[in-house]
Amino acid sequence: MRRRLPAALLGAGMALILVAGPTLACGGLIGPNGAVNLLRTTTLAAYHDGVEHYVTAFQFQGGGGAFGSLTPLPGVPSSVEKGGDWTLQRLIRETDPPVPQAFDAARLAAGGAEVIMQVRIDALDITVLKGGSADVGQWAAQHGFRLPPDAPEVLDFYAKRSPIFLAAVFDADAAKERGQAIGDGTPVHITIPTPNPWVPIRILALGKTGDAKVDADVYLLTDNQPALLPTPTGSNGMRLDHSASASQSLLDDLRSDRGMSWVPSDGWLTKIAIDASAPQLSFDLAIDASGQGVPSWVQAGFESPVQVKLVDQSTTIRALLAAILAVGVLILVLQLARPNGGRVGTPA
Amino acid sequence: MPRSRARLALGAGLVALVLGTGAAAVAMAGRPAGTPETAITIEIKYSHFNPSAITVPVGVPVTITLVNDDPIDHEWIIGDDAIQQKHRTGTELLHPVRPTEQVIPALSTRVTTITFDAPATWKFICHLPGHEAYGMVGVASIVR
Repeated sequence: MRRRLPAALLGAGMALILVAGPTLACGGLIGPNGAVNLLRTTTLAAYHDGVEHYVTAFQFQGGGGAFGSLTPLPGVPSSVEKGGDWTLQRLIRETDPPVPQAFDAARLAAGGAEVIMQVRIDALDITVLKGGSADVGQWAAQHGFRLPPDAPEVLDFYAKRSPIFLAAVFDADAAKERGQAIGDGTPVHITIPTPNPWVPIRILALGKTGDAKVDADVYLLTDNQPALLPTPTGSNGMRLDHSASASQSLLDDLRSDRGMSWVPSDGWLTKIAIDASAPQLSFDLAIDASGQGVPSWVQAGFESPVQVKLVDQSTTIRALLAAILAVGVLILVLQLARPNGGRVGTPA
Repeated sequence: MPRSRARLALGAGLVALVLGTGAAAVAMAGRPAGTPETAITIEIKYSHFNPSAITVPVGVPVTITLVNDDPIDHEWIIGDDAIQQKHRTGTELLHPVRPTEQVIPALSTRVTTITFDAPATWKFICHLPGHEAYGMVGVASIVR
């Protein structure tokens, strides 16, 4: 009931700002009630010359919906631009020829966050934000979104490593003017200089509870065969579906797509299928494509970059004072207990 | 004389040490669990209440401070099963904040004072969509 209080307050803003929603690969989808469903998503995370190329697609969900996705990024992007027209489809065809494409889209929210980039791609408004979970949460509230109850912990999980998030919102009117139909995808290519590539996985489970399923395909294109953490074992919700040198025809095709001239002359193609229950996805996918075989535990989310120990300072100070007092009294007593009563003097 | 004085001093020292250590232990441990309290702070972090179990006395004003450390709104509704069910399935869109029904906006604090009439075991729950299922449930033991 009172739950409807914030919902009602947010409603007006939502009607003004959010008319339609996208879904996104490797983004957490956020609905007005915090409950969302994602179709199977497809993403390319390629790493070459110290730059991560992240290609995904946002799918127009039609007018009236208010959905969004929040995508954590490993660093500040140098560019966010329209992705190639067939990159994702070509990757799917490479590993699963007869399978129809499955794209994703999503969108995000933030408030006290610093807006470091805003890009309009077709009918899609993209905002790159820098901030902690509190900042992103405030931005979300200001833009009419309600984050699901697991959002604070999940956003903290990411913000500790990289407080960069990408929000995407469809302009429904613009989408209609462009003749976009429900289900049409808008590919987006995010270029991120970073020494440590990783792919956000945990965010896919945002807002999902119980045994809710998460389905996604993640393609990796790297200079060398990558070492991954965690290792896709199948039992951990990630399955290695393909791992081989990229075919020349694939690389040539990818290179000929818009914005894909960076594709190297040779590389290694990996496909990871995510078929997991939401609680399984408590990690991200760390990648070491250097050939050294040491993916980062921090980037996988298994270790925190900074260990912060929360203590009750007042209690600790009281305990410390009590201990110091006890030791002081003991020293005094021992001093008094000496044969000369603790006084310094010349022996007779 | 010096020997007895030394023993006395050593005994006093040991007593002081024991007392000091005890004081430190009490300071570290805080109040014993289950002791009724009239001033309680409940922190909300990652969509969970901490503490999730409180004990309060009957017939005495109890001040409860609700600290929402999350960047999302929460609520704190305390009452019997009927009250909880009403909020779970009811249709009241808006209502004024009541002592037993608090809305705590993101990153804010609310203070409420309640006098409980009779012994009972009530729950306190956040009924925002999905929050109860996520674990935003606590138990209040109201005792004499």
